[in-house]
Parts: sequence; structure tokens; C-alpha cells
Amino acid sequence: MNAPQQPNLLSIRNVGKHFGGLHVLQDVSFEVPAGSIYGLIGPNGAGKTTVFNLITGLLTPSAGQIDFQGQTLIGLEPHRITHQGIARTFQNIRIFKEMDLLENVMVGMHDHLNYGGFGIFLNSPACRAAEKKARERALELLSWVGLDHKADMLADNLSYGDQRKLEFARALATEPKLLLLDEPVAGMNPSEKTILMEEINNIRNRGYGVFMIEHDMRFVMGLCDRIAVLNFGRIIAEGTPDEVRNNPDVIEAYLGKEDE
Amino acid sequence: MLEQQLLNALTLGSVYALFALGFTLVFGVLAVINLSHGAVFMVGSYAALAMVSHLNAPLWVAMLGAMVVSGTIGLLVDVLVLKPLRARNAPHLIPMIATIGVGIMLTSAAQGLFGAEVLRFPEDVMPAGEFMVGDVHVRALEIAIVAIAFLLMAVLFTILKRTQLGRALRAIAESPKAAYLLGINVEGLFHITSFVAAALGGIAGVLIGLNFNAITPFMGQPMLHKGIAVIILGGMGDIRGALIGGLFLGFAEVISKAYLSSQMGDAVAFGLLFLILLVRPSGLFGRKLERKA
Amino acid sequence: MEWFNDFWSTYSTLVFSVGVHALLALSIWLTLSCGLLSLANAAFMGVGAYVSALLTLHLEWSFGSVLLAGGIAPTLVALIIGAPVLRLSGVYLAMATLAFGEVVRITVLNLEITGGPEGLNGIPLATEGWHIALILAVTVYGLARLRRSKVGRAFEAIKEDEVAARLMGINVDRYKLLAFSLGAFIAGVAGALNAHFTFFISPREYGFENAVDILTMAVLGGTSSLIGPMLGSSILTLLPELLRSLQDFRSLVNGAVLVLVVLFLPKGLWESRRIRAFFKRLKGGQA
Repeated sequence: MNAPQQPNLLSIRNVGKHFGGLHVLQDVSFEVPAGSIYGLIGPNGAGKTTVFNLITGLLTPSAGQIDFQGQTLIGLEPHRITHQGIARTFQNIRIFKEMDLLENVMVGMHDHLNYGGFGIFLNSPACRAAEKKARERALELLSWVGLDHKADMLADNLSYGDQRKLEFARALATEPKLLLLDEPVAGMNPSEKTILMEEINNIRNRGYGVFMIEHDMRFVMGLCDRIAVLNFGRIIAEGTPDEVRNNPDVIEAYLGKEDE
Repeated sequence: MLEQQLLNALTLGSVYALFALGFTLVFGVLAVINLSHGAVFMVGSYAALAMVSHLNAPLWVAMLGAMVVSGTIGLLVDVLVLKPLRARNAPHLIPMIATIGVGIMLTSAAQGLFGAEVLRFPEDVMPAGEFMVGDVHVRALEIAIVAIAFLLMAVLFTILKRTQLGRALRAIAESPKAAYLLGINVEGLFHITSFVAAALGGIAGVLIGLNFNAITPFMGQPMLHKGIAVIILGGMGDIRGALIGGLFLGFAEVISKAYLSSQMGDAVAFGLLFLILLVRPSGLFGRKLERKA
Repeated sequence: MEWFNDFWSTYSTLVFSVGVHALLALSIWLTLSCGLLSLANAAFMGVGAYVSALLTLHLEWSFGSVLLAGGIAPTLVALIIGAPVLRLSGVYLAMATLAFGEVVRITVLNLEITGGPEGLNGIPLATEGWHIALILAVTVYGLARLRRSKVGRAFEAIKEDEVAARLMGINVDRYKLLAFSLGAFIAGVAGALNAHFTFFISPREYGFENAVDILTMAVLGGTSSLIGPMLGSSILTLLPELLRSLQDFRSLVNGAVLVLVVLFLPKGLWESRRIRAFFKRLKGGQA
């Protein structure tokens, strides 16, 4: 299935962020097209996660514009931004450990359950139907990441890789148009990486836009349609994987840093 | 009239500061709101009273004894209650709830042992003597209280500022993990801090017991509330803030009692505290200092 | 039947207290389930008790409307102070709610209409056993429904990780305010019920100690389910009766219980997962 061709899902223009005198981002601009997988790479401390925090409203930019589907995100609270259709995962996984997997995913559906207080109290048919539908959808999303057979397990008991997958499913539960992934393959072994690569491709083919931060070069180059490179808070290159790979500035920025 | 009130305020304020100093020290170093501090304060005054009336100890010996007794209780609380919770990495409200339980136990034990009625120090041990300075009626007792409170605070400040121990404590207050990596005996210093803080609370109890010459098992609770008010005024974990906050509360209370109503004195303190928390949770005098446990 | 009458005349107040305390423990369970440690519930109970008693004494409202007013009054207070107070977290929230409780207590102590330190006397008896039973049942049912809904999941998510909850589309501030004011409502109704079977209320009953008692009940029972707070409140209400012989040392046991539970039973007496696992094992053994 192809997403309707919107030129740009997310547009970041001249964004800057400083904490006191410390400039973390300066004049950052790029566009994430709809229906594509976009990558943001750069050395540690380049400001990549800050970009995500600005998009999701956890931080407010000091300068510039962030638009999503032609509307500004600036000044919106995080839950409103989620409502607009942006979901994310975290570099240091933040699942709800004391809940089971099904509940974790159902938290993500919060916005889409439209029953009210009386419905809850009276256990109204509408409420029951909505909950039933949500449960089925949650199981479906869990099956996308291969965790449906563990649906009633406590999230805390999952392996590291499975926790990442759960976070992935939970983000999808918010019915996003754009999915932000913060280092999705960190801590995974090669075979897990290959599986996840397929999954992310499937997600894109289902019509979601994907925007990821990643350290693993092979992973990014193999998966992304376009890549932006961030170094010391500035975009130093932007383009297709091939263009970026051959860019002299990028080679310089990564010199001696890619041999880990 | 005003001068008289100012003297009362200074006396009360210096004891509040002393009490709050121990309270804030524990928060700064152990990152625990120790809600048994009020009960430890109460135990201090009973300990001194028992030594004076049963052992015929002189007052200064009783004061030292009260510090040892209450300090030991503080140490025991740390070893028996707080240490296991640290080992378990319990969420930071859990130790606070546990110390509420300790406070209830101590209060109840005091009530069982000494009864609920008000006890007083024998007349002959009280520092006698009073004189007039201008229009102000000064009791020797008040001078002694202010002197002892400020002396102890000066000692504590010096230790924190000038000694190796003080530097280690400040390092822990910044980050226990980093302090541990620097080779500091973090657990040992937690024990010392608990002992010292409780000892300061205990001597504050003796001083208040002498000032009002009334000791009850329930005297710790209002003091605890004042301690909370002071450390929030001064900024939690802020040593200098506790001193200023204590004096400030003493003055605010005495002045509002004198010019509003006797009950309203407490309401003013808490109303103020409530407002400060809403407007400036880091305290009036404190810098932002927050460490997540 | 005679033994029942005997029993009831001696112990009805105690049974009533168990019910009221269960409501209070559930009220703090609700705020705790959203990750908020609030020590304001005793004050909310006091507001409910005073408002309802004054309406009964001066305006002679019907008992039903008095109960409702007893719930609504503290809810309004909670809504007003909630917005600023709930910005605080952790110990700061605990301290602010404690300070708020003291402000309420001292205000009541100094007002003319509340009878000052003597409190209000001669409140007509209106609470009957079935009132408490019904209200408790409705509360438990409502909270159980809430838990299994998106609201309950939102509370739990906020408790575990506020940032992640926000990014799941949950309006965290609104849900915190909901938990806080709903807790105030339940505590207020409990206060109104209580005022109408004890003849008499005074500021002493709504102070810090009482806030701690309420918290202790929930912590002892365990906050992972609704059974925990009810179990905890029953135990802590009945325990002092069983320990009469200890006299002045009675509350020593309360304190010790609190410390021991925190140290050795971090999830409280009734931990739903553990108990479910136990029954599962039991069933598995039989099969």
C-alpha cells in the first residue's frame, strides 16, 4: 500500500536550541517526506536526541519552525503532538514495566478510546465494544512484532530486544503518521537487526513515515531513503545514502569514529 | 515591647534553626525526609529530664547525655531501617513512610513510659537569674539557649566547610555514586550524619523543654511541622538556608502571634510555607538543589 | 437474633469505623495509583465532615444532599489547589499537601462557625449501616471499573513514567487533577458519614496523624489492588480494639506495623499478582 503522496510530512526549518550559553543545535533544516524512511546520524553528542525532544514537545526550540503536515508543532504540549500523529521510542527504553504487554500497548490507544466517565461506570455497550476492539488491535500490533504469545506477561520480564519491540508496538498503537525511532537496534545482535530491518520496512509499506536516529551505519545505509548528518549541532550533509557516504565533510566527521 | 518580642523570636528561631539543621542535613546527604526527627527531638528532652531527675545529673551532663541518646536512636534508624531500604533501592518516598512509622513508635513508647501528662524540669536545675536591658526582660536561660544553639551551629558549619569530613559529606550530597567511586566510605558517613542530625534534634528538644518548661510525648509533632516549614523556606538540603529559615520562622511566628492571634501564628507559618511551595519550591533562600534518590 | 443485637449495640460504631476507614484508604489508593503521594486526604475528610455537619445543623438539609455536599465541597477545594500543587512531585508534593492540611486544620481551629477547638457538638445521628455499606460498594465497583478502563491505564502509566505517558497522548495534568479531586470526593463523603454517627467532630481528627493513619492503611494492605486498602483499614481499625490491654503502648504497634511492612512486605499484605500466582499453582496442583 502506498501512502498518499504528500510532499513533506515533517518540515524542520532553521531550528536552534541552546541551554544557557550552550548551543546544542544551530540552524538545523531538513524535510521528512511522507511514506519514506528517513535517517539522522552523527557522532555522540551531536544533538540527535534533542531533535526528537523538540519534535515531540518535550523541549521548546529557541529558534526556527517545526511543521507537521503543514501545521506548526511549536507551543503544543507533548500529548497534543502525539494526537497530531507523531509517536516515538526512546534510546533508553521506557516501557511500563509493571504492566503486562497488552496493557502497555493499550495505553498507546488512549486517545482513540472515546468513551466517557458514565460509560466506564455503567459498563455501557459502547465502552465494552471499544475496549474489545482495542484489545484485538493491541494483539494485532503485538503480532506485528512477534510478541502476541507473550501478551499477558509482565513487561519487566522481557528480554532487552523484546522490550524494544514492545516499545515499537506501543508507539504504533497511537496510530501515528510518523514514527520516531531513537536508536532502534542499540544492543541487538545481527540476526535481530536483520529481522527489525524487515519489520521497519513493513511498517513503511503499511503507510507510516519513519524517522530514525541510529549509530549503526550499515543499518541506516541499508534502510533509509534519505539521511541527514548532524555534527556539533549543525547539519553537515543531507541526501541519499550514496550521496552522504561520499560527502567529504561526513567522512571527516566520522574519521576514526566508525571503527568500533 | 517590640524588643521583648525580638528576644523571644531570637530564642525560638535559634532552636528552630538547630532542629532544622539536622533535618536538612539528612535530606542533603541521605536524600531522605526523616519524619521521625520530631520524635527524636521529643526523646531528647525526656532523656535529659530523666537524667536530671533520676540520676541527679547536672544540666550540662544531661544535655550531652540527651545528645548521645537521641543520636544513637538516629543511628539505629539508619542501620535498621534506612540501610535495608537503600540496599533494595526503594523509591524515595518509601524511606519517608518508614520514618513516619518510627516516629509513631517513639511517641507511643514515650507515652507508655512517661505518661501523657506534661512533665517539668525541677526548679533547681534551671539556670536562674534574670535582668533588665533597657525595657527588655532577659532571662539567663534565654541567653544560654541562644548561645548553645549558635555554638553548635558554628561547630557544624566549621566541620562542613573546613574539614575532610565536611568535604566528603558535600561530595555525597552532590552524588553518592561519584563519592563512592572516589573512595569515600559512603555508608559510614550516612551513619555519622544520622547520628549527628539526631543529636542536634535531641539537644533542640532539651532547649525547647527548658524554654517552655513543659515536656509531653506529643511535642515532636508541631516541631516536625516547623522543621518542614523551615527547610522548605530555606531550600531542602541547604544548610545555610536552614539557619536563615529557622530564624525567619521564629520571627514570623512571634510577630504574628503578637499582632494577630496566638493560633494564627501557626497558620501564618504554614500559609507562608504553602505559598512558597507553589511559587518557588526550591525555597526562598536556597538555590535549586534537587537530587533524585 | 438477641446475640446480634447485643453485638451490634456494642460494636456498631466499630463496624461503622471500619467502613469509613475503608473509604478513606480507597481515597488515598486512588491518588497513589496515579503516582501522587498526597497527605491532604485527612483535610479533605475534615472539609466534608464540617460542611455536611453545618448543613445539617443550621440548614437542616436532607441526609442525602448533605452527603453529596460533603463530597463536593472538598472536590472544589481540590480543583482549586490542584492545578498549582500538582506541578510539584515526590516529596515536594507530600510536603505541600501536608502544609495544606495544616492550613485547613488551623483555619477550622480559629473559625467561629466551626466551633474552634471544641468542634461541633450534637450532630444528629443519621448514618446507618446500610448507608456505609452501599456507598462503599458503589465506590469499590466504580474504582474497579475505572481500573480496567483507559483511565486506570492512564493513571498507572503516569505513575510509572510520566514522560512516556505524555507521549502516549495522555493529558497528564488533567488525569492527575482527576485522581486528586476524585480522591477528595471519596474522602469528603467518608467525612460526612463519619460526622453523622459520632455526634461530635473536632479539628483534632483531621490533622497530620490522621493523614498518616490513612496512608498506613493503604500501605499495609498493599496498593496493587482494591482489596489491599480495605484489608489494611480493617486490620488497623480492629487492631487497637484487640490490643486494649496494651493501653498507652497501643499505637506502638501501629508504628511497628508500618515499619515492618515497608521493610519486609514492600507491596503490602495483599499483592494481587502473588495471590493470583498462588491460586494458579493451587489449581495446577489439583489438576
